[in-house]
Amino acid sequence: MSDTFMLDGVNVPFEAGQTVMQASLAAGHYIPHLCYHPEFKPHGSCKLCTVKVNGRTMASCTMPAEKDLNVESDIDEMNDLRRTLVQMLFAEGNHFCPSCEKSGNCVLQALGYDLEVHTAGFRHMFPDRPLDFTHPDILLDFNRCILCELCVHASSEVDGKDVFAFSGRGIDKHLIVNAVSGLLKDTDIALTDKAMQVCPVGVILQKRVGFSTPIGKRRYDISPISAQALKDAPRTGSKP
Amino acid sequence: MSKKLKIATTSLAGCFGCHMSILDIDERLLALLELVEFDRSPITDIKHCSPCDIGIIEGGVCNAENVHVLHEFRKNCKILIAIGSCAITGGLPAQRNHLDLAACLTEVYLTEPGLEHGFIPNDPELPLPLDKVHPLHEVVKIDYFIPGCPPSGDAIWKFLTDLIAGKTPELGHGLINYD
Repeated sequence: MSDTFMLDGVNVPFEAGQTVMQASLAAGHYIPHLCYHPEFKPHGSCKLCTVKVNGRTMASCTMPAEKDLNVESDIDEMNDLRRTLVQMLFAEGNHFCPSCEKSGNCVLQALGYDLEVHTAGFRHMFPDRPLDFTHPDILLDFNRCILCELCVHASSEVDGKDVFAFSGRGIDKHLIVNAVSGLLKDTDIALTDKAMQVCPVGVILQKRVGFSTPIGKRRYDISPISAQALKDAPRTGSKP
Repeated sequence: MSKKLKIATTSLAGCFGCHMSILDIDERLLALLELVEFDRSPITDIKHCSPCDIGIIEGGVCNAENVHVLHEFRKNCKILIAIGSCAITGGLPAQRNHLDLAACLTEVYLTEPGLEHGFIPNDPELPLPLDKVHPLHEVVKIDYFIPGCPPSGDAIWKFLTDLIAGKTPELGHGLINYD
């Protein structure tokens, strides 16, 4: 009999070393998340997965599961916070969904749908972020980067290439390409790289395959992200 | 309902795609007309707003005339709804926002090949373009937003019928879209 904690009034079993997020997903309970990826060490930067743990707000992707914790996730207070975070991300970048190849398969967009975000609300910043289309097979559209850092980790830890990095601080923080020229064509990135698969938004795109899936049949057209995330998550008993 | 609600609609820096989507509620328009009547709208061709219950605006704010029309709607409408990506985010016209307006006009009207006798249009009847394209909520208070490019007829129907019934409008999976 494994230990349990309480999530929104339901007992959730966990194994030693699991986070609140891992245990919840494994047990079939969805907590909204954006920068968390089951194959990478969580770094808790997007804060979408913030929950109340014994009355204090914590990122559930980095919070170790402990016996008898009282975790509140699906409550107005947390969902309002998540809505505001999604709105700020939309206002900060250039997220023009109607022209984006990732539309329908985008985690940020799907979270907006699930949280009923009808407007970014804030003043849009319309930053100037030139594209990098120098690579023959891959396009980088920095307009949509939300600084989740997944491509940086995937390229470094899985692909062993260090193609991506961050530069700058605060509002000036941005994704860069690790090459003397700063251009993707001067890296050894390949279509088969893990870094090609992890971008939750439409920054890292394979050329010449955009819009191949018709509207209505894309990932989040079929089911909302709250259902899709549970389908994707490792179940209790299976090795992550 | 004893008195019909009055609705006004207009398109600012939009493509009328959202208005086409309003027409896409199809035969339910007849049911809607039992509840509402249209004031200023491309549907009626009435040129100015009188006091209305609901104003629905498509398109962002890209020129001086858009600002005037938006203020006319805000002044006359108890509830103002931004419909579609352009009204809510600036949309396609706002894709020029990271560029300098004078540089845009110069390239398009003066320096592109084949424009030896080109000039930047300055007829007094042409509304002056704004430096940047703005979503509606950056200019006046907007009460509700119906996202989509365009939102489907079903989404518009759900939203309006919720609102008219006095409920907080919710779209839900399948009806809420940003594209």
